[in-house]
Amino acid sequence: MANDSISLDLARGEVLALLGENGAGKSTLVSILFGHYVADEGTITAFGEPLPPGDPAAALGAGIGMVHQHFTLADNLTVLDNILIGTEPLWQPFSRRRAARAKVRETAVRFGLAVDTRKKVSDLSVGERQRVEILKALYRGARVLILDEPTAVLTPQESRDLFATLRQLVTEGLSIIFISHKLDEVLVVSDRIAVLRNGRLVALRAAAGATKAELAEQMVGRKVVMPTRKRRALGAPVLELRGIHACDAHGGVLLDGVNVSVRAGEILAIAGVAGNGQHALAQLLSGTLAPARGTLELAGRRLGATPGEWVAARVARIPEDRHAVGVIGDLAVWENAISEHLRSPAFARAGFVRRIASRMHADSIVRRFDVRLSSIDVLARSLSGGNMQKLILGRALSVGAATTPTLIVADQPTWGLDIGALAYVHQCLLNAATAGAAVLLISEDLDEIFALADGIAVMFHGRLSEARPAETWTLAEIGLAMARGAAAASDEVTRAA
Amino acid sequence: MRLEARAEVSRALQLAAPLAAIAVTLVVCSLLVAWSGVPVASAYRLLLEGAAGSGFAVSETLTRATPLIITGLAVSVAFRAKLYNIGAEGQLYAGALAAVAVANAGLALPPAIVFPLVLAAAMAAGALLLIGPALLKTRFHVDEVVTTLLVNFIALLFVSMILDGPMKDPTAMGWPQSVAIPEEFELEKLAERSRVHSGLLLAFALAVAVWIVDRFTVFGFEMRAVGANARAAAFAGMPVHAVVLKTALLSGALAGLAGGIEVMGRAGYVTLDMSPGYGYSGIVIAMLAQLNPLGVVAAAIFVAGILVGADSMSRAIAVPTYIADVIVAASLIAMLVATMLARYRIRWR
Repeated sequence: MANDSISLDLARGEVLALLGENGAGKSTLVSILFGHYVADEGTITAFGEPLPPGDPAAALGAGIGMVHQHFTLADNLTVLDNILIGTEPLWQPFSRRRAARAKVRETAVRFGLAVDTRKKVSDLSVGERQRVEILKALYRGARVLILDEPTAVLTPQESRDLFATLRQLVTEGLSIIFISHKLDEVLVVSDRIAVLRNGRLVALRAAAGATKAELAEQMVGRKVVMPTRKRRALGAPVLELRGIHACDAHGGVLLDGVNVSVRAGEILAIAGVAGNGQHALAQLLSGTLAPARGTLELAGRRLGATPGEWVAARVARIPEDRHAVGVIGDLAVWENAISEHLRSPAFARAGFVRRIASRMHADSIVRRFDVRLSSIDVLARSLSGGNMQKLILGRALSVGAATTPTLIVADQPTWGLDIGALAYVHQCLLNAATAGAAVLLISEDLDEIFALADGIAVMFHGRLSEARPAETWTLAEIGLAMARGAAAASDEVTRAA
Repeated sequence: MRLEARAEVSRALQLAAPLAAIAVTLVVCSLLVAWSGVPVASAYRLLLEGAAGSGFAVSETLTRATPLIITGLAVSVAFRAKLYNIGAEGQLYAGALAAVAVANAGLALPPAIVFPLVLAAAMAAGALLLIGPALLKTRFHVDEVVTTLLVNFIALLFVSMILDGPMKDPTAMGWPQSVAIPEEFELEKLAERSRVHSGLLLAFALAVAVWIVDRFTVFGFEMRAVGANARAAAFAGMPVHAVVLKTALLSGALAGLAGGIEVMGRAGYVTLDMSPGYGYSGIVIAMLAQLNPLGVVAAAIFVAGILVGADSMSRAIAVPTYIADVIVAASLIAMLVATMLARYRIRWR
């Protein structure tokens, strides 16, 4: 069951946050409200009128607008065209653009959503695109705005701008439903908070006076202890990259003169907005991408571009896309547990898979890493995201029984995980670092980076900034570096100071 | 309506699916039988008798099933690794031709040594035909469905050229047929006055061998992994291209062997109508068996029974033999729907 008899009300001029882990039923609830799904029971009333179920057009007509997490904009059209699509009758021969443009501009000014309506969407930044989405909903007369995980794709600065916009919308009399699983921003932006867990409404409370710890506990259903970083002694450099250039199949530059050095016991975080070359760096350090130029040494030894060499050198690799790359969904869990070690005599002999040894290995991973499943024979695709990630983590970290890996390459290791699984992954990475592993953490989540990293470097357009101790970075500076490159950011900070 | 994945697929449901598919097929096809003005019950009775009603009928069905099992295995191996080998037909002819050529080469060796050479030649010829498309696929991403399909025509025309040229049987009164396979290389008959030969036992053994490779070996693991998710397999360190090439060699070798066995066990010489589409039927059989090597044996016997039974039925009453093709095709569609319904349930809203 995705939603179990939930009753909610939304007042005029308030921001109501829907807080819950993945699969708690947030999206189902708003999909029912917006008419994508039909509820088995219950009614919806908007502004005193009952809303017919399963009819998105009626929801729009009643003034309910939705901004999806993944934008629904046509890149090749202008902002104005994107806003107008679907609002004009089909049999009207000409688009009444002049009047429309005036109305869009008026709406934009009133709500403080400055966007150039003549620009193509493909030329806009992510933050601007989100403004267009909001403008689109307002242009259609939305009085209730639903925002689904709106900050997932934004830099910290863009998030702050968004929160300011939301405040302005509320003072103009709109009501907002804000869906999120990030506690900080929910506390900043909302008036009331509804916490969902397993499809039930477990709390509905004022945001004022709520604390992060309380909310986290209500969201998960038990106390969550977030692991904390302790000072560790750092060892000798383990991973050394010097002047690495890498290109994609069409010659496009992915990495442009990247230098990295990670020491034993150190967690180095690479921050950056998606698509700036972090993924190529992760591939390079997983043995699936060869550098075009530059040297790459692990513990003083050069490694080639085959995954086998990296696994043999005890590199634990946690890929970004756990469904498409991390596991083979149509193979059993126990088969996935040994898929990296098919050449190892521990799991194969004379061309035959050693089933008993393999299954024991899988069993031990499942037990040690708390993977919840009914049997190691189930297909890997049937695992939830958190359990799948624990399986991948367990496979990567149990190279050769008790030995710690030399290097851990973790690409977005907690993406899409709920807070319980996230805490678990963080703890594993910290433990491994304490045991002497070098960790390269690639993340877009700055909370995660500040929680784990000893050093931070920022990636922008294939270039990597100098790594600096985490304490010397400010949130604002990282945000700017993510948006404009490290050099521009330090200029700006200097000027501001 | 929409489809909803079942949380768990029970064993009973998995076993019931093929039976339900066959039942639906027979019901659907009975409409066609009735349309041709024949009582449905007696038509099906005749079909069943023709396929399994007597010792002779069973032997005919098994004779027909022999090449079908092997081509079914060839296709299921390849499909498992998502190498869509549509060329088993051409590979089968290449194997048959190579077997006859080596058997007639007049090698000055004892037959006990030449015999395995004959089989090896059939396998090599089939594998050779598939290695080109497999290389094109791994090197240049050329779609193997197109290339393997087209190679069929090249292979058949090549066989036709050889049958009218170097290997033409001078005593065949001008018919395009190859010289016969020498008697010492003919496969032994399993029963008096029947055509069923020891190739059937080889086919059974191959099915078990392929099943073992598929389930218990590293190569089988890699084949399934590459087929299920090549990107993840590459990330885990499996040599994806090498696995595809090895799979191609195995699949082509099996299809070639099917041709060799057919010419050594039943036909005796190569003609252009030696195979009534065994290679293509192999695709249907592999799909019916859901790519399970042991299931291939059952599916091949089922298809062979329908083909043989329909022949005998149409000799007795006025139902065209084409009904066999309809039944086989309909059973494939029914099977695909049934396996889907075993994994999903329909929700009406």
